[in-house]
Amino acid sequence: MQALYALYSDPDSAQQAVDALRSSNGSASVDNDLRDHIAVISSEPFDGYDFFHRDHKTIMPWIAAAGGLVGGVCGFLFAAYTQAVYPIPTSGMPIVPLYADGVITYELTMLGAVLATLFTLLLTARLPNWKRKLYDPEISDGKILVGVIDPPDSARAVIADALRGAGAGQVKEFSL
Amino acid sequence: MSEKTIAQINDDLLRPVLRTSARFWIAVLVLGAVVAAAAGAVSYQMWNGIGVWGINRPVFWAFDITNFVFWIGISHAGTLISAILRLANAPWRRPVTRCAEVITVFALMIGGMFPIIHLGRPWLFFWMVPYPSERGIWPQFRSPLAWDFFAINTYLTGSLIFLFYPIIPDFALVRDKVTGWRKKLYTVLSLGWRGTPRQWHRLESAMHIMAIVIIPVAVSVHTIVSWDFAMAPVPMWHSTIFGPYFVAGAIFSGIAGLIIAMAFLRKVLRLEEYLQPAHFDSLGKLLLMMCLVWVYFVFAERLTVWYGNESAEMAVFWTTQRGPFAPLFWTMVICNFVIPFPLLAIKRFRTTITGVVIASWTVVIGMWLERFLIIVPSLSHKYLPYTYGSYRPTWVEITILVGANAAMGLLYILFSKFVPIISIWELKVGAHKPVVVHKQVSVVRTLPAVADDGLRTTDT
Repeated sequence: MQALYALYSDPDSAQQAVDALRSSNGSASVDNDLRDHIAVISSEPFDGYDFFHRDHKTIMPWIAAAGGLVGGVCGFLFAAYTQAVYPIPTSGMPIVPLYADGVITYELTMLGAVLATLFTLLLTARLPNWKRKLYDPEISDGKILVGVIDPPDSARAVIADALRGAGAGQVKEFSL
Repeated sequence: MSEKTIAQINDDLLRPVLRTSARFWIAVLVLGAVVAAAAGAVSYQMWNGIGVWGINRPVFWAFDITNFVFWIGISHAGTLISAILRLANAPWRRPVTRCAEVITVFALMIGGMFPIIHLGRPWLFFWMVPYPSERGIWPQFRSPLAWDFFAINTYLTGSLIFLFYPIIPDFALVRDKVTGWRKKLYTVLSLGWRGTPRQWHRLESAMHIMAIVIIPVAVSVHTIVSWDFAMAPVPMWHSTIFGPYFVAGAIFSGIAGLIIAMAFLRKVLRLEEYLQPAHFDSLGKLLLMMCLVWVYFVFAERLTVWYGNESAEMAVFWTTQRGPFAPLFWTMVICNFVIPFPLLAIKRFRTTITGVVIASWTVVIGMWLERFLIIVPSLSHKYLPYTYGSYRPTWVEITILVGANAAMGLLYILFSKFVPIISIWELKVGAHKPVVVHKQVSVVRTLPAVADDGLRTTDT
């Protein structure tokens, strides 16, 4: 993997860079669609900015709800099955008491939702992933990385110009 | 604080992680010695049996269960408060949330230890764990003690995850600032976090869902702890008010615990610029509200018992009002209301950190006494007068009580050595300018100002 990127001190410049890269699609030397190759990395979320808006849709709440449902069903079956197999008569209560088992069901419903959310986060955010990928330690100091992954050779100059035009002091290269 | 650059924020908040001061070692040594003494007391009890405790018929629940309820209550500080503040998007929450979430995790760990110690033979605690065994011994799912097992473990799991989510980007930050073995460690802990928009969106979604899920879990946990008592036909326990009464008390003591922890960190880690008087003032207002809620519950509970005039309940009632437990009861009232109410209600006192911290200390002491007074007077005055008894703690129980408090401090300070105790990326979000964007259009509009309460006004 290769990448051309630049670091920006503020989100407005990063937005300019992304806009410039997008608009460079129309130029003669860029025959591939760059838009899918633009990468943005930052040390904080920039919720109000368009460059940050991509990939925001998620079905995570639905998965959490499904996880809760599965957890709840498992919780109830777990308690009820155990009580049926090892019946312990207790002060006139039914062998499978719904009120008492409701507590176990409730807690495991919540546990199911919690775990489903965790697994969905890890899966969809592609974590953990310790392979070397496009990154620059200066991001931790507040810089915002804007770049193009696997840029076509014919477009390198246009990309570098677009990145510089948004105020980048230096255009860097990254390769694996 | 808002004028600080990102580099300065990084430097200030990473300093405790990257550099180890003499204060840190002194605190670890002192707290570690107290914890070691408590571990010695537990070992002594295990060796000699539970006869070394002060419990005896009819009082079989005393310090251990008091500590259990107290620490589960303290655990409400963190995750619940953090989740509510996150959902409300309160701007002042940013330096507070992680301090709070950490309290939950450690308080649950400490609180969860007490029922195990209380067993007397703690090595058999796994009998509470539901697993197939050749003995055919299964947990009694009708028992509130089994509910505790599920509730506390769900809350602990949820709280650990809720704490871990916002730490991931900060682990990545530390990874970029350290070298050697620590770089390897933080590389693993950060899970390879880079900060792509996709990762941020997923993280924020997960945190939002967790904030919603964890609030009812937190409420359920202390409700279930209250049912350990309310399900028993013991005078002044068998009450429907116990669930909300315990939850209110838990939030009350939890906020007080959070304020004390923040004041401790502020001094030890020199975080004066981040944990400001305004934060203590805001938490002080919450504490004031809970102080009044607590008074309401105590009055409602006592009034109902007194009005009902049932003989067994009145025996417990009077032993706390004017009997042997009266000094503790009135100390509790002084600690939970008489001292904190004026300190928190009068702005002049509340806006000083000292005033809020004094109020918090009295509340923590008062709430521990409240837990003790719920348990011991009822058990010592059960129905038939010939069974009446009393209880006096031994040095073993007192040492364990003190050690548990020291363990909280020790765990907290060790945690702050490995993880930035204030969420750095969330602080940065609060520091940069807010903007609005119109979808599908790449024009970014910067808003002129953000009101102090964090509300934005947009002019589209």
